[in-house]
Amino acid sequence: MSLKRILATGKRVLLQLKHDPRTVGLLLLVPTFLTVLLYFVMYRERSAYNRVLPELLALFPYTTMFVVASVAMVRERTKGTLEKLMVSPIGKVDLLLGYALAFGLMALIQALIAVGVSLYVLGVNMAGGMVALLVTSFVDAVSGMALGLMLSAFATSEFQAVQFLPAVVLPQSLLCGLIVQRNQLPFVLHLISDVMPLSYAVDAGLQLGRYATWNFQLLSDLGVVGVFAFLSLGFGAVTLKRSNH
Amino acid sequence: MCAISVSEVTVKKKSVEILREVSLQVPKQSIYGLIGPSGSGKTTLIRAIVGLQRIDSGNIKVLDQPAGSKTLRRKLGYMTQGASCYEDLTVLENVKYFSSILGSGVYDVGRVLKVVELEGIENRLVSKCSGGEKARVALACSLLGNPKVLIMDEPTVGLDPLLRMELWSFFKKLASEGVTILLSSHVMDEAEKCDQLSFMRDGHILISGDVEIILKSTATEHLESAFLKLSMGSR
Repeated sequence: MSLKRILATGKRVLLQLKHDPRTVGLLLLVPTFLTVLLYFVMYRERSAYNRVLPELLALFPYTTMFVVASVAMVRERTKGTLEKLMVSPIGKVDLLLGYALAFGLMALIQALIAVGVSLYVLGVNMAGGMVALLVTSFVDAVSGMALGLMLSAFATSEFQAVQFLPAVVLPQSLLCGLIVQRNQLPFVLHLISDVMPLSYAVDAGLQLGRYATWNFQLLSDLGVVGVFAFLSLGFGAVTLKRSNH
Repeated sequence: MCAISVSEVTVKKKSVEILREVSLQVPKQSIYGLIGPSGSGKTTLIRAIVGLQRIDSGNIKVLDQPAGSKTLRRKLGYMTQGASCYEDLTVLENVKYFSSILGSGVYDVGRVLKVVELEGIENRLVSKCSGGEKARVALACSLLGNPKVLIMDEPTVGLDPLLRMELWSFFKKLASEGVTILLSSHVMDEAEKCDQLSFMRDGHILISGDVEIILKSTATEHLESAFLKLSMGSR
């Protein structure tokens, strides 16, 4: 592992984004747009909105970073730049952590805007403070990104990579407690939701909506999401092969 | 002394032999050409030499190290087919990134840009560059860190004759400075510019040697007819 190469890769990914302002705009503003849209959709149900918003703020970074990271890695594979890197001294983990750094930073800015608008423009009441919300968004984003990087190994085109969103993230968002509380789910589905990262990410959002302090539940949720991120990056490194059959 | 030594290498994909007992020796400080039609196994052989393709049998050594070994990652320049680099970065950003991966320093970035004559368009996005400029960006990235061995997969494909001539003058210059070059091509007029050649077809090497040897042993006057004669004979 080399800090220099991780930073160089992070910088390179950010520079690529810099030359693509439309992607940056979409990445940073879509969650805020959805937040505002839902505010008006649920205009007559303010208490329900207040309850569901923190959970959604946990879902957005997970989803957006999942797609962006998997498409970015598929591009790296199909354009031949990954081959070039695999012949160079860069470590596989360096490459993945470089991505994590760049997209993690984007997630922080994304969350800053969405949380800022919710708290100070829409006047939503959330018990958890700004810092806790940002930390949660960051951890969720890195976890979504890590899963995207890992699954990109199973996509041979950008088309396929995009399809992983409805295939992998949508089922998770149905099971994560956003629509039906997890303990109300049928037994088997409950078990499945127990091993899905988004369940914990959304529960962390729930804790932030309810409690002002860093409680044990929030920390353990974030820990589980972090472990999922770590495992995905690990498997991602395994799927990056220096040589193929 | 050989920079690259390939002996009896076989590569199978789903029990089909992509390479069949391929052997070749690339002498140091020479330009070696792999010539053959598309689908003849040139890319697979090149990927095996840089360590990206696993081989089923045989042996490959680059600078006396087994292909793909860690110490080679600094000594080997590799230009992929299609001249891969980041299209959404500028020329300079591409070269800087690969330079920081190698740890080759700021001076090296300026050096390779000068070598391939890209000064003046450093800040252009690669997606806005012409085909010849893209090839030179990829070449610049492969030259970082002063590699002793430069391996290029169809570096001149899709370029007009003038640009091909320009690139070839870079290759000649590099070889004269002590770099060993292995490149693939499916254009016969490039074959004549190589010091040594191997003709490939259907995953097999038909003949190796310098132009004179090949013409003499096939009793032909042009490489094109030599290749055709060999191909017909091998059927």
